Amino acid sequence: MALYSEKVMDHFMHPRNVGIIENADGVGEVGNAKCGDIMKIYLKIENEIIVDVKFETFGCGSAIASSSMATEMIMGKSIHEAMQLTNQAVAEALDGLPLHKMHCSVLAEEAIKNALKDYFDRNGIPYDAKDFPDCAHCAHCE
Amino acid sequence: MLQVYADNAATTKISATALNAMMPAFETYYGNPSSLHSVGQDAKELLEDARGRLAKCLGCEAREIYFTSGGSEADNQAILSAAKMGEKKGKKHIISTAFEHHAVLHVLQKLEKEGFEVTYLDVKTNHNITPLDVKNALRPDTCLVTVMYANNEIGSVLPIAEIGAICKEAGVPFHTDGVQAVGHLAIDVKKENIDMLSLSGHKFHGPKGVGALYCRRGLPLTNLIDGGAQERGKRAGTENLPAICGMVAALEESLAHLEENSAKVTSLRDKLIAGLSQIPHCALNGDAINRLPGNVSFCFEGIEGESLLLLLDMKGVQASSGSACTSGSLDPSHVLLAIGRVHDVAHGSLRLSLSEYNTEEEIDHILTVVPEVVSYLRSISPVWRDLQTGKRTFVL
Repeated sequence: MALYSEKVMDHFMHPRNVGIIENADGVGEVGNAKCGDIMKIYLKIENEIIVDVKFETFGCGSAIASSSMATEMIMGKSIHEAMQLTNQAVAEALDGLPLHKMHCSVLAEEAIKNALKDYFDRNGIPYDAKDFPDCAHCAHCE
Repeated sequence: MLQVYADNAATTKISATALNAMMPAFETYYGNPSSLHSVGQDAKELLEDARGRLAKCLGCEAREIYFTSGGSEADNQAILSAAKMGEKKGKKHIISTAFEHHAVLHVLQKLEKEGFEVTYLDVKTNHNITPLDVKNALRPDTCLVTVMYANNEIGSVLPIAEIGAICKEAGVPFHTDGVQAVGHLAIDVKKENIDMLSLSGHKFHGPKGVGALYCRRGLPLTNLIDGGAQERGKRAGTENLPAICGMVAALEESLAHLEENSAKVTSLRDKLIAGLSQIPHCALNGDAINRLPGNVSFCFEGIEGESLLLLLDMKGVQASSGSACTSGSLDPSHVLLAIGRVHDVAHGSLRLSLSEYNTEEEIDHILTVVPEVVSYLRSISPVWRDLQTGKRTFVL
């Protein structure tokens, strides 16, 4: 049996939305190199709609695939819809991840929320801080 | 597409000679060597013949060979036996290195919990240790020196004969985990003053699930498995005769061609090392001079090892890595950390381990695909971007 589903391998081998956005409206970065995963998300937002999203990831196959899938899932969506993205949804869209790789989908969710938070901060849009779990809440690297 | 198996330190393909040597033990000599009847005694004869031949390969006596299920079992038994003996004499200090295999390291950690003290020799300089390091670490209560012959991840070959001489002079039992070395280097346990040596059949084109412990006559062994009187009462269980026959045949074959194989594999290795060194911001892991013929180990900055392995596999190259994601744990390999690689860099490691079955054409293929894959992964890595823009400082 293969380590990953065909979907994971597809998104790993052919990641969607790779790259950066110059003058992005929101940028989020989560993870750290010590743990072996870093995800960076760039958002272009017009009238509360995500009109473009790009990512860069340092990490394993499932981290790259999770980033790719997550960007695909929020492209063209409103920022409110994007806020509803969960790591379970990312993992399910990838036809599942091995148990010890679930944190990759968590990183993808957090990276996107981090970028949205950056957008809210820049534009003075109020938000509930508890919607944005930070790294300190995750025991992954401990 | 060309398929290149470059993970021979993990396991090797069985040789035709080894496979053929196993068949009679399945088909003809299927008796239990412990049985009194002729079918059993024929099997017993084959077993003892194999034992004698293995002893000859190592330069010891047949009665000093104990067949085991593999290298891990042999390591466990050697260390626990020496520890038990030491404890009886009130000696509870062990000397080892920081980059041993887990089959050694985890046994030592268990002993530490039981009150033993272990000195782990530093391996940052030259990714190796010196005989003097061992000498300086010796104490009156040292009951064992256990130092690997060659490192499985980074290929460093340790100064075993010199360490053996020091241990002999000090009267301290000396065990070496020879799993990566046996079949690849010329070893003579008597000349090198090795008291105990572990080996594993599948690292030199023999079958899996079989190994051996050489234990110098006079050193008492403690049983890990109790039961029947097999292996001079030191390892119960009906002997895995087909595997034993295959392992011994594989070792004899490896040693018969040791010089030519070593020359061939070393030249492939050096070509690979020279080629991969051209990749910017990389570093060779392991002792550059005292090195296993087949080991190539690098760290590439800005990328992670698991994604590297997956992409290489897609391009027909089977290799391994010491990244956390490949180990199932969160920390990268203890070996890479022990030689001083920082976490960020240790995650981007690649081990290619060659055998005499590899060809020049395969090395060329590896040298084409590794730079491509490294550069692709760097192109999508935020770490690499930060390194490029100066937000992060290069380590390598």
